[in-house]
Amino acid sequence: MEYLREVLTRQVGGYDQLPEVLQIFLPMLLACLLCLGLVALIPLIAIWAERKVSAHMQDRLGPMRVGGWHGWAQTIADGVKLLLKEDIIPAQADRLLFKLAPLVVFAGGFAAFVVLPFGESFIVSDLNIGVLYIAAISSLGVVGIIMAGWASNNKYALFGGMRAAAQIVSYEIPTVLAILTVVIPVGSLSMQEIVKAQSGSVFNWFIFQPVTFLAFWIVFLGTLAEVNRTPFDIPEAESELVAGYHTEYSGMRFAFFFLAEYANMFLVSALATTLFLGGWHGPGFLPGPVWFILKAMALVFVQMWLRWTLPRLRVDQLMHVSWKVLLPIAFVLVLAAGTLALI
Amino acid sequence: MSVTDVVFILTAVVTVGSAVVVVVSRSLIYSVFSLLFTFFGVAVLYVFLGADFLAGAQVLIYVGGILVLLLFGVMLTHRLYNLNLTTERFQPIAGTLIAAAVFVSISLAAFKTKWKLVGDRELEPTTQQIGEAFLSSYLLPFEIASVLLLVALIGAAMLVRRRTDV
Repeated sequence: MEYLREVLTRQVGGYDQLPEVLQIFLPMLLACLLCLGLVALIPLIAIWAERKVSAHMQDRLGPMRVGGWHGWAQTIADGVKLLLKEDIIPAQADRLLFKLAPLVVFAGGFAAFVVLPFGESFIVSDLNIGVLYIAAISSLGVVGIIMAGWASNNKYALFGGMRAAAQIVSYEIPTVLAILTVVIPVGSLSMQEIVKAQSGSVFNWFIFQPVTFLAFWIVFLGTLAEVNRTPFDIPEAESELVAGYHTEYSGMRFAFFFLAEYANMFLVSALATTLFLGGWHGPGFLPGPVWFILKAMALVFVQMWLRWTLPRLRVDQLMHVSWKVLLPIAFVLVLAAGTLALI
Repeated sequence: MSVTDVVFILTAVVTVGSAVVVVVSRSLIYSVFSLLFTFFGVAVLYVFLGADFLAGAQVLIYVGGILVLLLFGVMLTHRLYNLNLTTERFQPIAGTLIAAAVFVSISLAAFKTKWKLVGDRELEPTTQQIGEAFLSSYLLPFEIASVLLLVALIGAAMLVRRRTDV
């Protein structure tokens, strides 16, 4: 944001004559709009990619018509359709919470984009507690999901919400512990400091170091559970719960959930990229932000690949994996990282 | 009035307002959901005091952990609407006295303390300072709190254990 302000001061004539309040708020507003653009644009691409990836894995073609080349405009057409649909609220639903829930889910995903380090100066705000902030703010999405499940007044939606609640208390602890194994050697919670600690050669990336290599898989599995993707899509299991927490949602409110889901997929992939894959570092022929988005999108592709390959876990299997397998491993990794930091 | 003041007043209104809803709402689920805004408001107040780590930890633990568990518990309760949440024994005098004492002590603490606001100084990272303070001058209280949590953890595990040998 400081960088944005500098650019504005240099490029826009008379910018420093504006009132102080505007000088502070305009970069904030611009940065927020840029983030909002990303939150809208990335899901558009990711949804189209998911349909193509799933289609090709099942020996189909997927969308081919809309827009000409491989149906690239299909998501835009679907989005317009969703926006134009009638807004339906079930008669017995809790109207206030029903309307609030998609906003809470979306706000959680959107707020987390603020600390993503796209490049050396492409970051809205490099908070001192960046990693903690992401871990904290992303729990807002789960509260929104529970809210949606409750407000719909539908048993399938309620089951979905309760499963989401049971899921977050299981995956969050091993994930945060595994993230600590990166924070300990870096000695900072700031996203940029973590990226800078991985500069130099590719082998400085945390994924290529023994302790953090194992931590990467825990973080990947934990974040997969966080965004409710297969094999952990228990809160929205189609074959058991119709659509889980968003069963009663349609039109624009459903679009919010859908956008948030894909934005969150990118978000957790970007978090893993920052922590383990060197962030925006990469060979010089491409600029930093391009590398960052490419790496994150590669992880998004892995998430899609898993979805169309693996069956779903049961609720108790998820509990077992989180509490009895990942948590002990994460504790050992934190101990190992601490010991390594001491010597 | 500066921008900071406006933001502070908005935060204070949201925090106190949602806290009032928590107390007076007739529906348990509304109480729990408005607790979400109270927790966030308190986190923002921590930021105003320059305690960034505390703010992050507040949201992580209270929203991500405690609120979700509360919601989970509330959803397993029946009869959520129009609950009559009063105790069997009504003690107006003792209640008023205790409430007044709490009010006075909190007000005294709020007015006597010299708060270090963010505007007065640079926002410096507090994470390292908190860590060092825990492991040096406040080691004993920290350890006592840890042991207490461990005891609670073992107790909870004991309670939910399947009794096979009774």
